[in-house]
Amino acid sequence: MKRETIRLENIAKSFGKLTVLDEVELTIYESEFITLLGPSGCGKTTMLRIIGGFERPDSGRVIFNGRDITELPPNRRPINTVFQKYSLFSHMNVEENIAFGLRIAGKDEGYIRSKINYALKLVNLEGSEKYDVTKLSGGQQQRIAIARAIVNEPKILLLDEPLSALDLKLRRNMRSELVRINRETGITFVFVTHDQEEALSMSDRIVVMNQGYIQQIGTPEQVYNEPENAFVADFIGDSNIIDGIMVRDKLVKIFGREHACEDTGFPPECPVDVQIRPEDITLGEPSEDSFNGIVKKVVFWGMSYDIIVEADGFEWLVQSIHGREVGEEVSITFDPYNIQIMSKPQSEDEEAAQDV
Amino acid sequence: MFRTAGMRNLFMTPFCLWAGIFIFVPLFCMAWYAFTDESGFFTLENFTLAFDRPYFKALMLSVALALASTIICLILAYPLCLILTDKARDLSTIVSLLFILPLWMNSLLLTMAWQTILEKNGILNQMLRYFSLPDANLINTPTAIIIGMVYNFLPYMVLPLYVSLSKIDKRIIEAARDLGASYMQTFWKVILPLSLPGAVSGITMVFIPALTTFVISALLGGGKLLLIGNVIEQEFVAGYNWHWGAGLSMILMIFIVVNMAVTAFFDTSHEEVEEK
Repeated sequence: MKRETIRLENIAKSFGKLTVLDEVELTIYESEFITLLGPSGCGKTTMLRIIGGFERPDSGRVIFNGRDITELPPNRRPINTVFQKYSLFSHMNVEENIAFGLRIAGKDEGYIRSKINYALKLVNLEGSEKYDVTKLSGGQQQRIAIARAIVNEPKILLLDEPLSALDLKLRRNMRSELVRINRETGITFVFVTHDQEEALSMSDRIVVMNQGYIQQIGTPEQVYNEPENAFVADFIGDSNIIDGIMVRDKLVKIFGREHACEDTGFPPECPVDVQIRPEDITLGEPSEDSFNGIVKKVVFWGMSYDIIVEADGFEWLVQSIHGREVGEEVSITFDPYNIQIMSKPQSEDEEAAQDV
Repeated sequence: MFRTAGMRNLFMTPFCLWAGIFIFVPLFCMAWYAFTDESGFFTLENFTLAFDRPYFKALMLSVALALASTIICLILAYPLCLILTDKARDLSTIVSLLFILPLWMNSLLLTMAWQTILEKNGILNQMLRYFSLPDANLINTPTAIIIGMVYNFLPYMVLPLYVSLSKIDKRIIEAARDLGASYMQTFWKVILPLSLPGAVSGITMVFIPALTTFVISALLGGGKLLLIGNVIEQEFVAGYNWHWGAGLSMILMIFIVVNMAVTAFFDTSHEEVEEK
């Protein structure tokens, strides 16, 4: 098992009347790449700022290596941040920016020199020591911001939507760069994003958040394949989420039809949310024992088609590499193991937490 | 903006006329007086005059007092502007209004008010006596003049400084803190250099009027402390010698031009940073 590095204990934070975080519990392990994922306003940035020391939680504790650091100001935490808009010092050149933290720490010039060389190599910007940071491109500025943070050998690196200001191609590049830097340095990365694709492709673990609550913590495969609730299912990837009733173990009833599934442990006659991924659905000839519907809309995406099929008054989203004609009659079939059953929120409070 | 050069010239005319009549002609007259003696012959005597003892003393006193009040304004303005640019918005409107308000009042009136406060039997001493404290003899001292200058010119320091401080992204300050800098280190290494252009234009806007004032020194210096502004005023108004007055004015102008050159230098180096 990996060693714990930082732990958030029952963190709550509100700004005025607005509760941004509530009952947040999270353990982050050494060297992992963990992503806080959620829509804007879900509290992910506030959580990052609490870890960084820029915000103080209203209640709860931040434990670093067994020590309570809740009250510690940012300059005394072994944590560095890469800000969304890089926040480089415009009155300093590249090397002065990178050396900032080391000079504050009173390191000798020889050590600083070797650290600058190491960091610039790590971010593939060797030879740019004397460049004016304001003349660099967005991607280069972002790399300098990473280098500036990493030279201080933080135990944890916080990244606040660092790729959102970059164009698509650069963003893709930087994704693998960041993962590589995480592996090479062994620094724990806490990455904040609202982009599920980024989260899925980069992370060891993903923390899905909504409205100040953690919805699910798991590996990218877990949150994609086994979402714990309808919010997670809907937020990560595309989903068909249908009201269903659990008949008994491994049998669910949707649109009046019983269908085999693999989930167990729900009480009989329990109302549930049923999730089926659009890529898991197969369209075929209409038949007696399948869901039949009519193709309403077809959108070609290059790699695949998005097909909207209306059946039983529900609009199914289907992804297929084969196109269909609008108005065509089709059947909808899916395998039992592609069905994900999620319990519905029990109380109103939980409902708010999920905001489906 | 304008379609033809002719149009542009037409719109420029009023300003050019104004500048010609009220700036260039007077400047030329001043230069004429400064470089001639009473019989109209060319001379440099009016300039060397500035190194004569009483004049030189007035000039040095002016520079010293202007410097002192500029530094005091700077020291007062920085913490104030840092507080104003920090979060609390509603506070900032009230406080900045308080600083702009004195600008709407005539500076002569403001200075006369200070005279009333600092006088021998003025408000300040009456208050001191009420608390059985010894009198403060401030009127007619350099201190009184500095108080008057600081009071009159502080808003001119606060405004440019506030503008340049509010332009600094809060995340930059957080980045410095994140990299281990304490509050003081953040100020010296990040906030100060980034706000320097504002500070420099503030310094100019305080130093030049402080250097050339004669109203403040006349009212709060009681005619005993002569600043270069008072000397020049006397040369002209009391009718001693217009040639001498013009020469001294030209010398004062050298200080102003040097100061403005420094400001311009900082302004251009600032713009390069802004460009991106």
